[in-house]
Amino acid sequence: MKISLNWLKQYVDTTLPPKEVARRLTMAGSEVKGQQVIGENWEGIVVGRITAVNAHPNADRLTLVTIDLGGSEETVVCGAPNVAVDTKVAYAPVGARLINPNTGEQETLKSAKIRGVVSSGMACSEKELGISEDHTGILVLSDEAEVGRPLADYLGDVIFNMDITPNRPDCLSMIGLAREIAALTGQTVHLPDASYEEVEPSVESQVSVEITAPDLCPRYCASLITGISIGESPRWMQERLISYGMRPINNIVDVTNFVMLEYGQPLHSFDYEKLSGRKIIVHRASEGEEMVSLDGIERTLAGNMLVIADAERAVALAGVMGGANSEVTEETTSILLESASFNPRSIHYTGRILNMPSEACMRFERGISPELTLPAIKRATQLIAELGGGQVARGIIDVYPGRVEPQPLAITTEEVKRVLGVEFNREQIEATLSSLGFECQAGSSASEVLATAPYWRSDISIPVDLVEEVARVIGYDEIPTTMLNTPIPQQSPAPVIELKRKLGESLTGYGFHEIVTNPLVNLEMLNRLYPESHSASPAPIKLANPISIMHEYLRPNLRVGLMAALVTNRRIGGPVRFYELGKVYLPQLDDLPEEVEMLCGVLSGLRDEPSWQNASSSLGEAAPFSFFDAKGIVEGLLTGLGVPSSYELSTDETLHPLKQAAIVTDGGQVGIVGELHPAVLEGFDIPGPVQFFEISLPALLPFIHGHRMFQPIPRFPAMLRDVALVVDVGTAYQQIVNIMRGFPLVEQVALFDVYSGDQVPPGKKSLACRITYQSPDHTLTDEEVNRVQKRILDKLSRDLGATLRS
Amino acid sequence: MREQLEELLTKARRELSAISEVKDLESWRVRYLGRKSELTNILRGLAGLSLEERKTVGARANEVKSLLAEGLNQKTEELKKGSTQKSVRVDDALLAMGDITLPGRPYPVGRLHPVTQTLNEMSEIFTSMGFQVFDGPEVEWDYYNFEALNIPEEHPTRDDQSTFWVDQLTSPKGWKGLLRTQTTAVSARAVEAMEPPIRIIEFGKCYRYEATDATHGIMFYHLDGLAVDRGITMADLKGTLYEFARRYFGEDRKVRFRCDFFPFVEPGVEMAIECALCHGEGCSLCDEGWLEILGAGMTHPDVLRRGGIDPDVYTSFAFGIGVERLPMLRYGVDDMRLFYANDLRFLRQL
Repeated sequence: MKISLNWLKQYVDTTLPPKEVARRLTMAGSEVKGQQVIGENWEGIVVGRITAVNAHPNADRLTLVTIDLGGSEETVVCGAPNVAVDTKVAYAPVGARLINPNTGEQETLKSAKIRGVVSSGMACSEKELGISEDHTGILVLSDEAEVGRPLADYLGDVIFNMDITPNRPDCLSMIGLAREIAALTGQTVHLPDASYEEVEPSVESQVSVEITAPDLCPRYCASLITGISIGESPRWMQERLISYGMRPINNIVDVTNFVMLEYGQPLHSFDYEKLSGRKIIVHRASEGEEMVSLDGIERTLAGNMLVIADAERAVALAGVMGGANSEVTEETTSILLESASFNPRSIHYTGRILNMPSEACMRFERGISPELTLPAIKRATQLIAELGGGQVARGIIDVYPGRVEPQPLAITTEEVKRVLGVEFNREQIEATLSSLGFECQAGSSASEVLATAPYWRSDISIPVDLVEEVARVIGYDEIPTTMLNTPIPQQSPAPVIELKRKLGESLTGYGFHEIVTNPLVNLEMLNRLYPESHSASPAPIKLANPISIMHEYLRPNLRVGLMAALVTNRRIGGPVRFYELGKVYLPQLDDLPEEVEMLCGVLSGLRDEPSWQNASSSLGEAAPFSFFDAKGIVEGLLTGLGVPSSYELSTDETLHPLKQAAIVTDGGQVGIVGELHPAVLEGFDIPGPVQFFEISLPALLPFIHGHRMFQPIPRFPAMLRDVALVVDVGTAYQQIVNIMRGFPLVEQVALFDVYSGDQVPPGKKSLACRITYQSPDHTLTDEEVNRVQKRILDKLSRDLGATLRS
Repeated sequence: MREQLEELLTKARRELSAISEVKDLESWRVRYLGRKSELTNILRGLAGLSLEERKTVGARANEVKSLLAEGLNQKTEELKKGSTQKSVRVDDALLAMGDITLPGRPYPVGRLHPVTQTLNEMSEIFTSMGFQVFDGPEVEWDYYNFEALNIPEEHPTRDDQSTFWVDQLTSPKGWKGLLRTQTTAVSARAVEAMEPPIRIIEFGKCYRYEATDATHGIMFYHLDGLAVDRGITMADLKGTLYEFARRYFGEDRKVRFRCDFFPFVEPGVEMAIECALCHGEGCSLCDEGWLEILGAGMTHPDVLRRGGIDPDVYTSFAFGIGVERLPMLRYGVDDMRLFYANDLRFLRQL
C-alpha cells in the first residue's frame, strides 16, 4: 500500500524526519518496507503559468507554449494535447533531471531544436517527473500553485510502501495511520470537518432501506444528494488518489474512493433514478441469480452471497462490486450513497468464489467496525455535495440491527509482567492505551485498568491484546533479554532422527552427496519405474488441486527423485553418488497417510575418479560401479550400525532381474539393493549401469541395539588356512560360509577369489576362502586345526559336492 | 711424542673422510678412540715425561681426542642425513623429480544437503537450550494446520497460505486432508499431546500453492519452536531468539524485534537482522536496512486452551523460521530453486 506522507500530515502533525516516522510505524507493527522520495531530483523545476499557445511553424501536432515563471518568460515546444492558456504547469529548464519516458532512466534535459524551433526547457508530464506512469499529457497543477515556486515545495512528497497486517483494517486508511503516528509520537489526530447543509424533504421520505439478512449486514446507512453534475474531481483530490495508485474517474467515484482511503470505509454510489421502487433491500441472493457487475461481466450468484437490491432486482453485490444497472454515469443527477457494514467471512467468500478482489473487499473481509459507517458517509456526502454542486436531503438512513455495546477489558500490571517479563506501572499502561484512543477507568484493584477499545479497533477482544498494545507502543526494545530459566523438560529419545544423522554421516564419508527432492511427483514418471506393470502399487496419493501434472502425486518411494537428479547430472564424467533420506507417503483408509522415512541411494558412472594414480582409468579400462559396490555400501552401513545382514533373492521390477537382492536382518527384509533395470534407465534416458539401494528406516530401527557387549581381544594367536573350493555354479557362497561358521574355532571366513573358466570343469566355479581359526583359551596346534578343517571339507563335500581345487 | 700425536690426527682424519657408510664408523671409532687405541697408549705414556712436557703434550693429546670425537659426530650426522635422502629416492622415483604439486590419490568427498546442514546447525543451537525435536505429519488435517491456530475458513489470514488439498481425504470428524503449509501445525498437535513443561522444535517440509520464483517454491522447509511452562515471558523469547541469531549469524550482527501479526500468537513479533550489504541504510536486498528472519510471539491463549492447557496458569512462546533463507543469506545464494534442483555443481559448493 502506497501512503503519501503529505496526505498523512493533513491528520497529524509531525516534525520527525520521514525515516523516523517510518521506523516507529514499522517497529509498532505497520511495516514501511520502502520509501520513495518524490521531488528529490527536481532541482530547478518550478511552477509556471501558460500565457500563450501558438502553432508550431513546421509541425501540426506541436505547439509553442509560452510560460510565465514569475519574473521571466520562456517558450517551449510541446507535443502534449492538454496545453491551454492559464493552466499551471511544471516547467523544467535546460539542465534539469527528468525521467526519459521511453527508457525510464533519469537524464539531464538538454537544449534542443525541435523541427527548427529552439525549446528552452520543457513542460513536464507526470511520468517525466517520476510521479506516475502517466505520459498522455503534461501535468496540470491546481490553481493554488504559486508561479515561480519550486515544484518540490508544492508536489514534493515521501511515499511509504506499507504492509498492513490482516488484523488492522483500521490502518488501511489515512486516519487510521495518523492515529498510529499520533500515539507513537505524542501528537493528536485532526479529523476533517464533515459538516454540510441539508434540505427538505428528508431522505427517509424518498427512499427506504430494509435488511432481511442482519447476520450478513449489521448496519446500512444511506444518504441522498440531488441536483449534482458529474465532472472531473479537483486536482487536489486526483493527486491524493494518484499518490495511492488509483486512477481518478469522476467526482462521484473519486469521492467514494477518497473517503475509503481517508476513513477506511468502502462506500458505494447508486444512480438514485435507476433504483426501482425507491427501495433498498439487503438480502441473500437466490441460487443461480444473475447480475452484470460494473466491469460488464455477468456473474452467477450463490445463495449464500449477499446482494443489495431495489424493489425488483439486485443492483449490487454487497461489499464486492456494484451492478451495471444502477451505475453512476455522465447523466446522473441524484446519488444514493451507501455506507454499510458486511459480514467479513461472507465478503471473503464472495470475493474468492467470483474471483473479484478489490480495495473494498480487502477492507470488509478484515472486519471493519459498523461504527465507521456513519462518520464516513457524512464526509462523503459533504464532498459529493461540494464537488458535484448538489443538495443533501435531510438526515441519514441508519438501519443498525447488529449493534454491539463495547465491553471494557481488564488488564493488570501483573498480567503485563507475566507475559512480557517487564513491569510497567498502571500510569504507563493507562497513558499508552489512552494515546491509542482507549477509554480507561480504574479497575477493582490498584493494579487493574479497565480499558474500552475505540470503535475502530475491531482486533481487540481479549486482555492479552491490550498487553500487545502496551508493548508495541512503549516499544519492544524496552523488553529485556533473558534466557529461559525454568528446568529443562525431560527429553525423550528420537531414534529416527538419530538414525538419519548416522546414515548421513556414513554416506557422506563414503563420498555420497545428499539430495533433497520434491515429494510431489509426476505419475507418468513414477510409472516408468515399473517397466512391466506400468503402475505403482498401491496407487499413490493424489492432490485435489495440483499446480501442474509434474507435481500431482505424493511419492510412494524415493526413486523418482533420484532418477531426476541423475538426469540433471548426467553430464558429470566421474563417479556420481547420491542419496536421499526422506518420507514416502502410503495411503490409509479414512486417515492421514502413513509417512515412512526411507533411505535411497544410487551409484552411477565410473567407480574411480580419473586420476594419474588410478592408472587403469587413464588407460581406458575404467570400470563402472557394479552391483557389489552398492552391496558393499549397504554392508558397510549396516555393519556401522551393528546390524548383521544377509541377502536373499528378490523380484523388484525396477531392478535387473539377476542383479538384485533383498536386504534381510534377523527379523525380516529391511530393504533392497540392485542394479537398475535397463528398461527403466532407458525410460529415463539415463546412461547405465546404475546401482541402487533402498532401506526402510522404521523396518531397520528395531534391529539397532543401543546395547552392545564387549568381546575380549583374543590373547592367543590365530591360524590362517586358505582353501580353494570347486562347487556348482548355482551354489551360493553364503551356503559355504554358513557351513564353515557352524564349526568350532572358525572365527572368520573371507572370500578372496572367485573363478570360473578353463581351469575348472564346465558348470563349476572356484571360490578361494581364507579361514581364520582361533581359540579364546589356548594356542592352536596344526593337528587341531587340520582336524577341524577336514571335518569342514567333509561336510562341504557331502552337502554341496564341493571339492578342493587341485 | 708430540709428532706422533700430529701424525695420528692427520691419519685418523684422512681415514674418517674416506668412510662412506654408517656401519664402517664403528671400527674407526675403536681404532682411534677405543680403550686400546693409539691415542690411549700415548696418554698412558705421559707418565714417563717431565712435568713440563707432561703438561704440553697432555693438553694436546686431550685436544686431539676431542677433535676426533667431534669429527666422528659430524661424520655420523652427515652419513645419516645422506642415507635418508637415499631411501626416499628408492621409495618414490617420482618425488625425486621434485614435483610435489602432483595431485594426491583422489578420495571421494560427499556433503550433506545445505538444508540438512542448516537444520543440523539450528537443531544443535536449540537443543543446547533444552529444546527437543518433535515430529509431525506432512500430510495434515486442516484442523491442525488452520483452525487450531486461529486461522478460520474465509479469513484473509488463509490467503497467504494457499493450500494443496489431498484428493478425497476426510476424517471421521469431518476434517480435510492437506499438505501442511507450516510446521506450526506440529505445535498444535504438541499442545494437545503433551503436558507442560514443553520445550520442542519441529522441522520439515511444508507446501504452498504458489508460483515458483527465486524466493518461493511449492515445497520448502520450516523450523518451528514452542515452549510452554509457568513463568515463560516475552523476554525469554527475545533471549532465546537473540541467542540463536548470535550463534548462527555471529556476534556482531545487529538484531531487532518488532511488532507483527500472526494469528496464533499475541503479542506477535518479527525478528530481523541488519542487512550485511548496506549496514542498515536500506538497499535492494533488504527492507529499509533489515532482513526478516522469522516470526514469533507469545502463544495465543486460544491455541493453548484448544490443546487443553490453561493459559491462566501457563505462558508460552512460539517461533517459526523459513529454513532456506538462512543459507541463502549466509552463502549469498540468490535463487531458492537451486536447493531442490540437485545439480552437483551447486551441491559441491556448500
